[in-house]
Amino acid sequence: MLGKLSWAAIPFDQPIPLVAGAVVLVAILAVLVWVVVRGHLPYLWHEWITSVDHKRIGVMYTLLAMVMLLRGFSDAIMMRMQQALALNSNGFLPPEHYNQIFSAHGTIMIFFVAMPFVIGLMNLVVPLQLGVRDVAFPTLNSVGFWLTATGALLVNVSLVVGEFARTGWLPYPPLSELTYSPGVGVDYYLWALQISGIGTLVAGINLVTTVLKIRTRGMNYLRMPMFCWTTLASNLLIIAAFPILTATLAMLILDRYLGFHFFTNEAGGNMMMFMNLIWAWGHPEVYILVLPAFGIFSEVVSTFSGKPLFGYRSMVLATMAICIISFMVWLHHFFTMGAGPDVNAIFGIASMIIAVPTGVKIYNWLFTMYGGRIRFATPMLWSIGFMVTFIIGGLTGVLVAVPPADFLLHNSLFLVAHFHNVIIGGVLFGAFAGYTYWFPKAFGFRLHEGLGKAAFWFWLIGFYVAFMPLYAVGFLGMTRRMQHYDVPEWRPWLLLAGFGAILILIAIIFQIAQLVVSIRDREALRDRTGDPWDGRSLEWATASPPPVFNFAVLPDVRGEDAYWAMKVHARRALADKSETEYQPIEMPRNSPTGFVCAFFATVMGFALIWHIWWMVIAGFIGAFATFVVFAWRDHDEYQIPAEEVARIDRENISERRDMVSAAGVLS
Amino acid sequence: MTVVTITHDPYQVHGLEVTEHPGPAPKRIVTAYGFWIFILSDMVMFSCFFAAFAVLSGETAGGPHGSELFNLTNVAIETGCLLLSSFTCGMASIAADVRNRFWFQVAMAVTCALGLAFLFIEFREFADLVARGAGPSRSAFLSSFFTLVGCHGLHVSAGVLWLLTMMAQVVAKGFRADILRRIACFALFWHALDIIWVAVFSVVYLLGSGT
Repeated sequence: MLGKLSWAAIPFDQPIPLVAGAVVLVAILAVLVWVVVRGHLPYLWHEWITSVDHKRIGVMYTLLAMVMLLRGFSDAIMMRMQQALALNSNGFLPPEHYNQIFSAHGTIMIFFVAMPFVIGLMNLVVPLQLGVRDVAFPTLNSVGFWLTATGALLVNVSLVVGEFARTGWLPYPPLSELTYSPGVGVDYYLWALQISGIGTLVAGINLVTTVLKIRTRGMNYLRMPMFCWTTLASNLLIIAAFPILTATLAMLILDRYLGFHFFTNEAGGNMMMFMNLIWAWGHPEVYILVLPAFGIFSEVVSTFSGKPLFGYRSMVLATMAICIISFMVWLHHFFTMGAGPDVNAIFGIASMIIAVPTGVKIYNWLFTMYGGRIRFATPMLWSIGFMVTFIIGGLTGVLVAVPPADFLLHNSLFLVAHFHNVIIGGVLFGAFAGYTYWFPKAFGFRLHEGLGKAAFWFWLIGFYVAFMPLYAVGFLGMTRRMQHYDVPEWRPWLLLAGFGAILILIAIIFQIAQLVVSIRDREALRDRTGDPWDGRSLEWATASPPPVFNFAVLPDVRGEDAYWAMKVHARRALADKSETEYQPIEMPRNSPTGFVCAFFATVMGFALIWHIWWMVIAGFIGAFATFVVFAWRDHDEYQIPAEEVARIDRENISERRDMVSAAGVLS
Repeated sequence: MTVVTITHDPYQVHGLEVTEHPGPAPKRIVTAYGFWIFILSDMVMFSCFFAAFAVLSGETAGGPHGSELFNLTNVAIETGCLLLSSFTCGMASIAADVRNRFWFQVAMAVTCALGLAFLFIEFREFADLVARGAGPSRSAFLSSFFTLVGCHGLHVSAGVLWLLTMMAQVVAKGFRADILRRIACFALFWHALDIIWVAVFSVVYLLGSGT
């Protein structure tokens, strides 16, 4: 009846996951009770859960990422503490638990923190920057988000019901095959990623179609803000790479569930095929994450330097070059696995070449700052911190791209330090810059600057203290994923790294405090104009938070830095006086399709993990029925009357006119 | 589309002639465009299964090779069914274009019948292989064969389910704009499966039956 599921699946003998799970469960219940008691449930349901508004979905993606960051970080700090303690001793984490923790940490940080963070920001900002009212497929957008949330939920359920994979963030066979991993851990990993992978693919299709087909009048390709370009490149990579992940994981699933022989040791299976396939997805994935971050830095650096982006066209070219070359370097993840010197040399050279367009970008940002009137607001601090940190990460990357050097550094903590250096210094700093930069756009008030700066400095210093020692200890020969060790020379470095993790913990506490304080003081931090940073692209040309239709009248773009040009024109001619002819606006209706689909996907995923076949069938029928019901709707749009549009827009225009005259147009 | 010469804008380089982007595309274009991209991603997924088949096709682990298993007459009939169904699917699209419900339903029904015939033949082939001890767990070659061909079969099954849904939708709602968009996407999907089948037919069956 319940497949492999029984009471034995609950880890009553392991206090750490049990207590952690209980705390999370209590927290979730407390939030639910609070929501219900305070009567917020209808609001949440109508305005958020069923919302097909790209801004709301973007915010929910970002929120998911930040919550999962807490989970991923608690794994990280446990690992740092374990390694700080485990010299000639067992530490406090038993090996099988430690293995689950590093696997969960990597999986969560990539798939459920970095991915939803960048996809959330793209969702929130790109339609605004393109000057349009919505993405190409609003309901599908909601489906994509909720499927991602399903994946995150399944990973967290594994904390309490059963176990998570012990195979690392990429489940290399034959370890991940049924013979060596008979438990449900790998199955949790596989189904969580299959389901959230579909969500990511949907988001990719949606955003590519949006950028290519839904732009306002005059928004030619070479007038799009840089963030739109990097969004395009990143989502093209999603479309080309995520199906590879789906296919690869499907093959592993078939091996585990139906006794196929794709990657097994017996009957002709080929495990090197797994390495090739997974990294043919995995390396583009790195750029899927970092390209949007590059876009964010481009926006931030240009805005806070008060200058248009230096070398816009070379930046576009560099972005698209990275997009293509990123598919030609995957083998550098396994130089040591016997490809031979010729193949290794080619992939080594390709890996070094990809550093060139990245270097172009760094110079472009530096030259954008050169001669600018730089304001050191929090987003700008993240950007400068990124530039310094990312260069170090990039240089160590070029180092490991040299095959002979890689033979020494492969699988060592040097490698761990390298990819944290680029992912934290690149993706996460970018996400935080974007979060601080666009928060006022999403909510209409700024984040507290002082606490934001404190968080930045603790993150930056904490990062260096936590990860520079790992470079050193990697040179000393320490391999990754060690539950305990017996080399006393490593100890001081690992203690230092543990201290760095505590600094990062303080940084995260500052970030939480920043959010709480900012919400409390929101009236003082209110931004009425919709343009708190003196921005240069179209998202700042509408109110904060933008009305559901984004723009009362679709803007007409006539150059790069579209909004900046509008402001310049407005200041010259006070052109804002002209009265606009408002039209009624059609917007898509909210729909619970995404949420209901995700519910059935969760049921199906859980049932597949535990081999509860009747429940799989029930989940599938439910999901199909949901689609049919959705397809049967007669009214999928509603109309906002012209008077309402006019009222909302005039309010914002009058605020803006005050700002323009305050800026001394008349002088 | 208008061509506007802009010289007064401070951010317009060179004052060259620039073709202004006309604005958001109509929904029909957007939907089909998005669906094309989905099909491309689906092709990427299939290409992984093709790659796996190419890598593993020689790994028979002492078991049967393709030339001992495949019945090309069967495959030819299968191929005929599927290609013909693409033709009738095209007829259904034409009927939808001229808003002819009767011929739309007829053409869709024939498409459905041909699709089901294809699935039936494929299922029989699979059952026969398993009965002869050449199931997917026999060897890596057979694993990759069953996965590649079976994945195409699953797509056809999903297509049949979609096809029936579209027939029901046209009965219930008629040729509404959103339903026409869905019919267009369905047609794209069905034709794309044909393209993939041509590759399966050539790579798996034709190349595989040689010695």
